[in-house]
Amino acid sequence: MEIEHLSVHFPINIGTVRAVDDVNWELRQGEVMGLVGESGCGKSTLGFSILRLLRPPGKIVQGRILYKGRDIVRMPEREILELRGKRIAMIFQDPLTSLNPLFRIDQHFIETLLAHEKGLTRKDAYRRAEEMLESLGISPEKLTEYPHQLSGGMRQRIMIGLGLILGPDLLIADEPTTALDVIVEAQFLDLLADLQKRYHLTIILITHNLGNVAQLADRITVMYGGSIAEVGEAGDIFENPLHPYTQGLLASIPNIKLDQPKLKTMPGSPPDLVDPPQGCVFHPRCPHAMEVCRVKKPGLVKRNGRLISCWLYG
Amino acid sequence: MKNLAKYIVTRLLLTIPMVFILLSIVFIVLRVMPGDPVSSLLGGHAPEHVIEQKREALGLNRPLAVQYVNYLWQICRLDFGESMVFKQRVSKAILEKLPATVELTLCGMLITLFLGVFLGAYAADKRRTARDYGIRLYGIVVYCIPVYWMGLMLQLIFGIWLDILPIAGRTGPRVFASTFEKTGFYILDTILIRDFSALLDILQHLILPSVTLGLVLSGIFVRLTRTNMLDVLRADYIVAAEARGIRHRVIVYKHALKNAFIPILTMMGLQFALLMAGAVLTETTFSWPGMGRLLLERIYLRDYPTIQGIIIVIALFVALVSLVVDIIYAIIDPRVRY
Repeated sequence: MEIEHLSVHFPINIGTVRAVDDVNWELRQGEVMGLVGESGCGKSTLGFSILRLLRPPGKIVQGRILYKGRDIVRMPEREILELRGKRIAMIFQDPLTSLNPLFRIDQHFIETLLAHEKGLTRKDAYRRAEEMLESLGISPEKLTEYPHQLSGGMRQRIMIGLGLILGPDLLIADEPTTALDVIVEAQFLDLLADLQKRYHLTIILITHNLGNVAQLADRITVMYGGSIAEVGEAGDIFENPLHPYTQGLLASIPNIKLDQPKLKTMPGSPPDLVDPPQGCVFHPRCPHAMEVCRVKKPGLVKRNGRLISCWLYG
Repeated sequence: MKNLAKYIVTRLLLTIPMVFILLSIVFIVLRVMPGDPVSSLLGGHAPEHVIEQKREALGLNRPLAVQYVNYLWQICRLDFGESMVFKQRVSKAILEKLPATVELTLCGMLITLFLGVFLGAYAADKRRTARDYGIRLYGIVVYCIPVYWMGLMLQLIFGIWLDILPIAGRTGPRVFASTFEKTGFYILDTILIRDFSALLDILQHLILPSVTLGLVLSGIFVRLTRTNMLDVLRADYIVAAEARGIRHRVIVYKHALKNAFIPILTMMGLQFALLMAGAVLTETTFSWPGMGRLLLERIYLRDYPTIQGIIIVIALFVALVSLVVDIIYAIIDPRVRY
């Protein structure tokens, strides 16, 4: 999948929020791509754009999202319905609220299956749901229960089951573990890694938790202020971050081995996306800011096998 | 299920004190009001001793407290007593009129629900479009229109100008009263004896009054449904369903509406009392021979026992509806446990 010059705007009372600003991005088949950045940097918006699930007033104002050569941005409604769930699945932050409280678990599965596979009987759909639950390590009896009767971790597994039941090749996981406690979170990440291998999934793991990414991701994309700061192999980025923002981000992770007297933090606050700073969006917080950073926005350049958008690297 | 049964019994028991409190208020208000059954029976010019005699015969000369206790005791024996103005059992007078009112209010409620919920959901889906604004305007306008004026206008338009619907009564002249001996519910009766021309006649008579009642109350439900739908449409599970490729229409009218329906249902239980009040006015406008009109007539005549009897029946009806609403609530929402 490739994304070219994608911009997403949210027109609001006081102006336009440029949530995603001219992003170019590429995803490889079968990889786990960690998409990280602080709250409001546009990472979730980017994820939602891929399925055209932006809530109004959010709107894709320019660019293309090419999935297997076809542009999702200009796809007719009928085809996008086909795509959602069947080719690209998405799971969300809060498993507690992602299931309709008035429908049983099996109703969720059956509805999803019948919506995409014409001619499937309810009985067969039910059996498929049972198999899916079993493969997720959940007793099939849970199918007849309502969401409120299940635990958070169980519900997130159900969500992933719902996402995978139609056999998609791309899974967008939008902060899937934020609402889970640490132990359940670890189990869930293991499950995700396992499923990725079993179903040959490409996964976009959207998160602000660098630990999650370190555990799972093959490559990492760091976003800041609606733009991509750095893309590279996970190991490279952790060992040798090039972009000053990535350096700052990694430095602010508490490390139990180092005997830090005080946690390092980044000065300043995320940019105002209604009125973003001129030039590079990061320059007001950047320790290496130069004259050119204030006037001109850097483009993505290749350096040491990764992509980076910073004037330090030309 | 056992809990539900327990809940129903508790609720039914709770209606008993409610009815007694209501009854006490009505009892006192009626006696504080100027006029009494005697003056409406005998007119203003009857000699003093005749009036006294009549008061004694009706028991109105006794102390208020005695009358009150006597009446309560009578009600405890489930005896509604006899009218003070006509020679007629109160229970018989009410039973004759009850089916007409039930038929009218239930039809009105169905129309209210159907119009209100559907329009409200549609407006929420088409938020901030001309159709949404149109529906919201409709909601406010019908909410502000007095029931009787709405009734008069519908009579004028459909009964007089277009001349396509009858404007008064429950039946036309060609339908025999003997048709309705089984239950008194005309729709049910005509279906039971398979007299479909009579059924058609009855439905025609039912249209204007029930639409009047239904339209006026639908305004609240349009607004309520719209607001609830907007909330629900923002919920995570709606986006999640969209992400699974479920069709938009299914999401709005199945997933969202079912969730939005819960507070609507609560409102319906509460609004039913208002519907009964509207029925009194509608029945008067359309000469509908129901309890509402009976109540109004008997208030003019200060027929204490009949008025009190009707109030009890209306209160029980409202209590029953709100109980049914609670049961439906438990069926729709699996999280509700009694």
